[in-house]
Amino acid sequence: MSVLVLADHDLGVLSPATARIVSAASTLGPVDLLVVADDAAAIAQSAASLSGVDKVLTLKGYLVADSLATQLSTLAVRYHYVVASAGSVGKDVVPRLAATLDLMPVTDVVKILGPTSFERPIYAGNAVQTVTDTQDKHLLTLRASAFRPAAGGNAAPIEALDGSVQAVARLLSSDRTESDTADLATAQIVVGGGIALGSAENFQLVENLAKKLGAAVGATRAAVDAGYAPNDWQVGQTGKIIAPDLYIAIGISGALQHLAGIQGAKKIVAINTDPEAPLVKLADIALIGDLFEIIPQLTAELDRLGVKR
Amino acid sequence: MKILVAIKRVVDHNVRIRVRPDGTGVETAGVRMSMNPFCKHAVEAAVQLSEAGHGDEIVIVSIGPKVANDVILTALAMGAHRGILIETDAELETLAIAKLLAKVVEEEQPDIVLLGKQAVDDDSNHVGQMLAALADRPQATFASEIKVVGAGLEVSREVDSGRQTLSLPMPAIVTADLRLNTPRNAALPMVMKARSKPLAVRPVAEFGVDLAPRLTVEKISPPAERVAGKTVASVTELAAFIADDVAQMEAL
Repeated sequence: MSVLVLADHDLGVLSPATARIVSAASTLGPVDLLVVADDAAAIAQSAASLSGVDKVLTLKGYLVADSLATQLSTLAVRYHYVVASAGSVGKDVVPRLAATLDLMPVTDVVKILGPTSFERPIYAGNAVQTVTDTQDKHLLTLRASAFRPAAGGNAAPIEALDGSVQAVARLLSSDRTESDTADLATAQIVVGGGIALGSAENFQLVENLAKKLGAAVGATRAAVDAGYAPNDWQVGQTGKIIAPDLYIAIGISGALQHLAGIQGAKKIVAINTDPEAPLVKLADIALIGDLFEIIPQLTAELDRLGVKR
Repeated sequence: MKILVAIKRVVDHNVRIRVRPDGTGVETAGVRMSMNPFCKHAVEAAVQLSEAGHGDEIVIVSIGPKVANDVILTALAMGAHRGILIETDAELETLAIAKLLAKVVEEEQPDIVLLGKQAVDDDSNHVGQMLAALADRPQATFASEIKVVGAGLEVSREVDSGRQTLSLPMPAIVTADLRLNTPRNAALPMVMKARSKPLAVRPVAEFGVDLAPRLTVEKISPPAERVAGKTVASVTELAAFIADDVAQMEAL
């Protein structure tokens, strides 16, 4: 059963999510990893090193849904599975590809139970659906955070494909968040901040703690809407879904939609003034108090303990 | 210019849902239902485009049981002009929904189709993209800003790395994200007026679409429960917990 995986990349670098998608997809069959980019060479090199990859395919093009779905529909003929991460590219292109091929996709998969059996969360993670897909071809998006990454050390062959397709939609500009913190969707530790931070300046408390721990920074929808944090830091039903080993929630009460994004976290720490906040109830460890007093003390204490990553 | 908005009636997003013990689904009997929040942003976007002189007619379409008329009325009260309910009691897959909407697009020939990016019940996030494929139109998903520029649209999208702006010719399909706008609450006179706006109820069979499901839902289960945690009294204890957890973390 052959598998085509669409690689995620950004700024000429393979996204850490791809290693996780490859490891999950390789349980379905041998994986061909497709890199679609204007300049795919460097990305293809790191893609080829992932264990479980049979072959890396490169295609000149751009990750805009209309042209990408057309390209993928041509390639899909050769495969039993087409798999992408449930990130903004996979969500954009896989349903379009599915309708083109007259197939029903299975998206946001968090567990592969067998070749045709998958688990996916619904109702913001408050229920889990077990789905059997007996169509002759399977189109999947997987939540990267739910799977362990593939190891490196492979040296799969790289093959360039022809077939550039003109997109109808044109990319005019990209505004990206300048940040040296870790990738949110795949980070081992995430520090999240809520509306209680009160301002973009204060939100730096969260960012500084994250830097100390080598963690990614997350935010609630309220904090993003208030302008304290950029939109791509939003964690929740409509933002990013995370499953770190450790999530530290600062000043977050825990709206249903935010909890949807963090349920996969192994350990949750909450710092909040309200002992009745849903996130405090959900946390493994909670400290009740004023975050503006606690965070500097915590940072100092972690320093004293020599915690550094 | 004509704008078509497709909306869905779902369990209200503030309701804490309950999974039926027999695994057949989520309890919906006696539960408050309302318009999917993302669909509200799509309706609001259409009304704002119309108010800015870009939409002569806003048509609302929903697919569901007779009672789904209530969400169409909400959209009409927000400022849309007429509604279509494709009536069915069956729970349809997103591909079937997209095929029905493609028929409506064929009939109505809208310049813009707006949808919510996902419905908060099944969280699929499929229909806009599928409709774009079936209608062979360009798409801009997860929109946080829509501008009409000449004969096309400029749409800012929320993506993993931040924001991205696409230019696409009309006719086009756009799916709404939460930061696109703040949906209005219709004033009472608008709610009254909505009742006199045209609302066509059409049986699903009229569209001649194969609605047979492709996937089998074996069961719906509640998520794994988390073990109850504890509250610590001091920063020292908290720091020790974090330090311990970090030390045990498997290196990737």
